[in-house]
Amino acid sequence: MAYKLNVNGKVLTADVDPDTPLLWTLRDTLGITGPKFGCGIGACGACTVHLDSKPIRSCSTPVSSVAPTARITTIEGVGADPVGKKVQAAWAEFDVAQCGYCQPGQIMSATALLKATPKPTDAQIDQAMNGNICRCATYNRIRAAIKRASGQPVEV
Amino acid sequence: MTLELTGASRRDFIKASASAAGLTLAFSIAPKAGAAEAGVKPLNAFVHVAPDGIVTIMAKNPEIGQGIKTSLPMIIAEELDVPWEMVRIEQADNDPKAYGRQFAGGSLATPLHWDDHRRVGAVARAMLIQAAALAWNCPAGECSTDKGMVIHVATKRRASYGSLAAQCSGVAVPDPKSLTLKDPSAYKIIGHAKPQYDTAKIVSGQPLFGIDVRRPGMLYATYEKAGVFGAKVASADLDAAKAVKGVRGAFVVEGGTALDGLMPGVAVVGDSWWAARKGRNQLKTRWAEHPTSAQSSVGFAKRAGELAAGAPQMVTRHDGDVDAALKGAAKTVKAAYAYPFLAHVPMEPQNCTAEFKDGKLEIWAPTQNPEAGRQLVARTLGIQPDNITIHMTRCGGGFGRRLSNDYMVEAAWIAREAKAPVKLVWTREDDVHHDFYRPGGFHFFEGGVDAAGNVVAWKNHFVTYGEAPDKPASSAGMAASEFPARFVQNCQIGISTMPLGVPTGPLRAPGSNALAFVHQSFIDELAHAAGMDPVAFQLKLLGDQKIVGQAPAAYNAERMRGVLKAAAEMSGWGKAQLPARTGMGVACYFSHQGYFAEVAKVHVAETGKVKVEKVWVAADVGHQIVNPSGAMNQVQGAVIDGISAALFQRITIENGAVQQANFSNYSVLRMADAPPVEVKFLMTAYPPTGLGEPALPPAIPAVTNAIFAATGKRIRELPIDTSLLKA
Repeated sequence: MAYKLNVNGKVLTADVDPDTPLLWTLRDTLGITGPKFGCGIGACGACTVHLDSKPIRSCSTPVSSVAPTARITTIEGVGADPVGKKVQAAWAEFDVAQCGYCQPGQIMSATALLKATPKPTDAQIDQAMNGNICRCATYNRIRAAIKRASGQPVEV
Repeated sequence: MTLELTGASRRDFIKASASAAGLTLAFSIAPKAGAAEAGVKPLNAFVHVAPDGIVTIMAKNPEIGQGIKTSLPMIIAEELDVPWEMVRIEQADNDPKAYGRQFAGGSLATPLHWDDHRRVGAVARAMLIQAAALAWNCPAGECSTDKGMVIHVATKRRASYGSLAAQCSGVAVPDPKSLTLKDPSAYKIIGHAKPQYDTAKIVSGQPLFGIDVRRPGMLYATYEKAGVFGAKVASADLDAAKAVKGVRGAFVVEGGTALDGLMPGVAVVGDSWWAARKGRNQLKTRWAEHPTSAQSSVGFAKRAGELAAGAPQMVTRHDGDVDAALKGAAKTVKAAYAYPFLAHVPMEPQNCTAEFKDGKLEIWAPTQNPEAGRQLVARTLGIQPDNITIHMTRCGGGFGRRLSNDYMVEAAWIAREAKAPVKLVWTREDDVHHDFYRPGGFHFFEGGVDAAGNVVAWKNHFVTYGEAPDKPASSAGMAASEFPARFVQNCQIGISTMPLGVPTGPLRAPGSNALAFVHQSFIDELAHAAGMDPVAFQLKLLGDQKIVGQAPAAYNAERMRGVLKAAAEMSGWGKAQLPARTGMGVACYFSHQGYFAEVAKVHVAETGKVKVEKVWVAADVGHQIVNPSGAMNQVQGAVIDGISAALFQRITIENGAVQQANFSNYSVLRMADAPPVEVKFLMTAYPPTGLGEPALPPAIPAVTNAIFAATGKRIRELPIDTSLLKA
């Protein structure tokens, strides 16, 4: 089946089976490898992308469930959004990453959080980021970067 | 022109070549003179100075998140005296002839390269100075450098490195040992926080990792193996797999019997990974009977108890008279400890891309140990190692898992069979089911203290896995010098082993990640039995000697006392008024050449839920931190990694196979459970050492000792069973 997908502002066509997860459609068929495979069951958040600005786990989202009009944003495109750009800058400022593999997903979740809740509390950060595992455990810096990107004081 | 230099030790070689394209330096420490000399390739050199002044530095070791791709080049750039902004870093391929051993393990890169990487930079700088001195007809000693320029102050002449690089062809390579290195007070790069070189690519999702590799005509593969390690394929419905749209092939791999080699399984290859995955779902593979199919965690625990009831199979230390000392002690404690198997679960599932072309094999792999992988592939496929090239990609975590290259040999085998470039990607379930697990273990302690709070007796019967007590499974052994051995006059350590059909291997701070928990917990038990403050008790145990024992097992008690006092001070130990069910615990541990003491503050809810509120870390890794940003990140991550294991993680074996499968039943700590971690590095007179591992081991007993302080309940088994902690 040919599916039309609006990814980072471009309409792309992917000829894949209906049950193909959006993640593998992006990675293998469209060559968009920023979203990462981590678990395949929506438990780690490495594959997080935005569907109309809402964070979703692309590893467990069949491509057939994505409307052709829905706007898909991946880590490659999130910098076009002013909030996403701020989040990326804060990630760089705090040198958040260790291995870096989970960070596209972390940045997508953090950006979605700040778009909905511009000044999140610690509890709101905990809740919004709960679906994203960082195996290197860079959580101290992830929290600091979210605070910075939201213009709140940072305790380092 | 090319010059070869043999350093003072005859083990160090620097090769330089200069041309219109610039100056290139290769440096290696090789076991044999001939091997290094013959193999040095200018293109794979450490430093290249281009005519435009851009300095390219090769990162020799695999990057697994420890920040080595940034920190090793920082050391070279410092002595080269080039602004960091003019430095570009490239990941080297596997090429031990040019680079020596290339691996990520043991927190060894900093101690191994602190000296030679500074000298690589110093040699390049000396040659650029010499080139300028020749051009200016002045003594080299009158020239200095600053910001990528050579300067002759008396005549106010300046020349950029870029303009001088091509002129280095007329310059002899100096003996690296003859060069004077910078005084640390002059450092502009070392000791200054630098973000990871790949930061911009990481935050924008650029392809960096093994799983991101794409080759023309590449197929995707998945590989199914038996839950019982090493079981052969009895049958598989290959036709059903091949009938799935997009599947290009399915075949059985006979495999061998070595648990760290090519194991039996079924490969499915497709146009996309999802197609291959769907094909695999149709295999209905049946596995042959295997001798280890009856082993289980429950069985191991039962057997450990039986072994503990008898004498150890081997006594590894017998100091004084421990039984008499126990009889004469003012207080004695007897306790049994246990910890489980653990999986590594790096975020990037195992994967590898292999491509045969013109009789040669090219491999792209996230690996911590590329040369071992090359040798494994060569041996298994019957290919000359020289015909195999390994490109090291960034690794989405390592933690020791990628020291084994099982996924690399699978990808190579499948690519040859499929007659196409192949990217093999494991599922997370494959990863959890086929790890080289941190081995579980059992310790049966008896200890005694006298009326003054001295430990007068220490007895440990360690039941572990292996063929025999002198042949423990990988990462399942324990040195006879394990602390507090040598600090206690009457000390007996014995080992018994059980045979194991589960692959084991190093997990971040191997050995130490388990041994710190049991030893530092039992010391805490003795402190409480003696009625003493745990910090004071441990300081007393550490005594007043500077160094106890001899290399390679020397223990610097002075350094440990230093971090212990610092951690106590940072955390306000013994001073804070803590709320109910809140406690502080302390632990210290020496591993990977680093001395660490940590204090954890923990609150235990009425439900038993454990909340680690804060951890303070005092660290002594010598006189210089190379990259303070990376160093802090490593310590914070290692501490939280340890807490994650203590709170959540356990791999169990049933019917010969691992029962857990994914993050749904093998949990990794998430944001809400991550405590703030405050870190202080003590600057001591010792050479700089590594930071990937040594912060982890004491984090676990610091937390469990804090749980005791909060609740009076002693955690003797991991992971922490919160049901035992209910009010």
